[in-house]
Amino acid sequence: MTQTVDQIKPGYPLFLDEDYQATITNKRELSEERADQAKLDETFEWTTTKEYQELNFAREALTINPAKACQPLGAVLCALGFEKTLPYVHGSQGCVAYFRTYFNRHFKEPIACVSDSMTEDAAVFGGQKNMFDGLENAKALYKPEMIAVSTTCMAEVIGDDLNAFISNSKKEGHIPAEFPTPFAHTPSFVGSHTTGWDNMFEGTMRYFTLNEMENKAVGSNGKINLVPGFETYLGNFRVLHRMMQEMGVGYTLLSDPTDVLDTPADGEYRMYDGGTKIDEIKDAPNAIDTLLLQPWQLPKTKKYIDTTWHQPVSKVDIPMGLEWTDDFLMKVSELTGKAIPDSLAKERGRLVDMMTDSHQWLHGKKFALYGDADFVMGLTKFLLELGAEPTHVLCHHANKRWKKAMDAMLADSPYGQGATVYVNKDLWHLRSLCFTDKPDFLIGNSYGKFIQRDTLKKGKAHEVPLIRIGFPIFDRHHLHRMTTMGYEGAMYILTTLVNAVLEQLDRETNEMGVTDFGYDLVR
Amino acid sequence: MALRQCAIYGKGGIGKSTTTQNLVAGLAELGKKVMIVGCDPKADSTRLILHAKAQDTIMHLAADAGSVEDLELEDVLRVGYADIKCVESGGPEPGVGCAGRGVITAINFLEEEGAYDDELDFVFYDVLGDVVCGGFAMPIRENKAQEIYIVVSGEMMAMYAANNISKGIVKYASSGGVRLAGLICNSRNTAREDELIMELARQLGTQMIHFVPRDNVVQRAEIRRMTVIEYDPSAKQADEYRQLAQKIIDNTNFVVPTPISMDALEDLLMDFGLLDEEDESIVGKSATEEVAAA
Repeated sequence: MTQTVDQIKPGYPLFLDEDYQATITNKRELSEERADQAKLDETFEWTTTKEYQELNFAREALTINPAKACQPLGAVLCALGFEKTLPYVHGSQGCVAYFRTYFNRHFKEPIACVSDSMTEDAAVFGGQKNMFDGLENAKALYKPEMIAVSTTCMAEVIGDDLNAFISNSKKEGHIPAEFPTPFAHTPSFVGSHTTGWDNMFEGTMRYFTLNEMENKAVGSNGKINLVPGFETYLGNFRVLHRMMQEMGVGYTLLSDPTDVLDTPADGEYRMYDGGTKIDEIKDAPNAIDTLLLQPWQLPKTKKYIDTTWHQPVSKVDIPMGLEWTDDFLMKVSELTGKAIPDSLAKERGRLVDMMTDSHQWLHGKKFALYGDADFVMGLTKFLLELGAEPTHVLCHHANKRWKKAMDAMLADSPYGQGATVYVNKDLWHLRSLCFTDKPDFLIGNSYGKFIQRDTLKKGKAHEVPLIRIGFPIFDRHHLHRMTTMGYEGAMYILTTLVNAVLEQLDRETNEMGVTDFGYDLVR
Repeated sequence: MALRQCAIYGKGGIGKSTTTQNLVAGLAELGKKVMIVGCDPKADSTRLILHAKAQDTIMHLAADAGSVEDLELEDVLRVGYADIKCVESGGPEPGVGCAGRGVITAINFLEEEGAYDDELDFVFYDVLGDVVCGGFAMPIRENKAQEIYIVVSGEMMAMYAANNISKGIVKYASSGGVRLAGLICNSRNTAREDELIMELARQLGTQMIHFVPRDNVVQRAEIRRMTVIEYDPSAKQADEYRQLAQKIIDNTNFVVPTPISMDALEDLLMDFGLLDEEDESIVGKSATEEVAAA
């Protein structure tokens, strides 16, 4: 049981040692009141049946393994995308610890984010005093140039008023009146992390532009604005920069956390790095147009830009896959008058080449997928372009209009005929579907690994392997640096999918003398 | 005319809902387009306009539908007497949940669904009891009600509540545009009631916008779930509400109130004979001790 410095075993395989195994067995037998194995097996088998699935889908008051997170998480990510901005959450401390760990498990980076630690007395008397001290301390200690305030459930339930509290903080001199403090109410019990991103973004645009609309003229700066929405693939920010630069288009990426979430280890820690500048936000109403790259999650932003900036907010879909990247680039070209350069046309050609090279492996393969509304829609679109067949398509936070749009898109493709779209369903629902109507693969975040484990438990033939594309990805490294948007992103997704298919094929054909007639060197 | 948003506060049971509905009926009669937003879990802010027991509330409908996001404006908005639009926020039974959050959710919903259209002249928020939590201050947050009317009578606890509500208003007035627009005296027939409330109004820095006398016709109309203006347009009391409505239309007296100390309030009550001078010498003395002393 004791370990030596020379040979330290991690939990696995350490807990396979005899002494640990004995302890585990003892604990089960003596204190856990564990049911006997036959009963456990029987119950497990029951949870894999159609009968259980029907009960599961009749579930009303309980969510198991949600495929979404809460509003302030999104607000924090949005805030991280602005230059020298400290995300500040008005509410309880534990919530903020959760946001920080959630992000640093995914990005493998420290996440600077503060809370004003409301406790019992703040719940009774309101959190204004916490706001006073919190803003003053956060500014003095961490020297941000902007503090972006969002809220947790606690502050929302007692009805704390951010606008009043923040302006009172300034009036009483806790922070200077001119210090930028955009804010957004982000009750966790409404919507999801994407709603929170939308709210914080809208709040930030509102803060800097609502009363500054004189002397603003749509199109006067000749640029276009790009709004990423809740986006965690850092490559997506980079590919947007690259595509716009190759096109020679003037642009502003509104909220860009690439640098702060991917700081180099060069011996110097910095709490802030990169991000959209305040001046760029102030200038944003002068742009030709603002393109929302994840439109389904940005309704509030759309409304604000439409009614206050008076920009057209031209409709684009998330630029994933071939056609929607085409559409996006053509829209940018149309708005700015700049032609799409050869470099991008060439890149497109390479993607088409890759798609034809791999299509025989992907054709007819069945995929279940889940995640955020726009991501799921973009991925479904690309799967259809590849001739792959989406089967169970699940989004926990999307609305009925999204489902309608998804249904229409799927109905339009011969590969979409076997698909069913689920909204407001969780990963426990998806688990049932993976048993009763087995797809070849599951695409989603790390939480899908438990579905893979459970399906394997039923038997090798039932196993649904997880392909990790989405957020969060806690159990694989550096995938957050990849790209899912643009032709480049489509290449990454295609490479990931086809190689998952081939690896699975190798696993199935590598039994010597039995299946290895199919264990080919060349695929 | 720009939309005016008014919130009605006051001690529980003072007659806020009755006064609001009668006054709104008066405004509607004068051709104004009005919406009432009931901010009270009891949901009795619109019954006299709709002739209903209690309107289906936003929170109730949301609970049935699954979430507020599943509701449409037409599900929650009812139109009653003289085209008055009615909404009730609703909320939990006493003892559970959070009624304040219900108010926040309901008002956010109305804003998002575009209930505050350009056609409206007035929105009235009828708010439960005292300002008890942040949720009940929701109607007076920035960009919502700018005018507050407090319903009061010549009774100590009603005046005490009015003073407390003024303290709440000061908090919000310092950061935003919300102002106290006047006290509405809903008479309980106490002695020198009008003078008393006028004096309280003076000390709070505001006005008594109208003295609504007590009249049984109000109760007779209520039994029929009607406002006096609809039930008996020729009644004298109907004219009182019409006058109140006209005064509110003409009102320009919006102030940051100057709430008074407990001592000042007690002095005022003593001046009007509602409270006896305290005799410090008898404080804490039992009956036996008093006999012994005498």
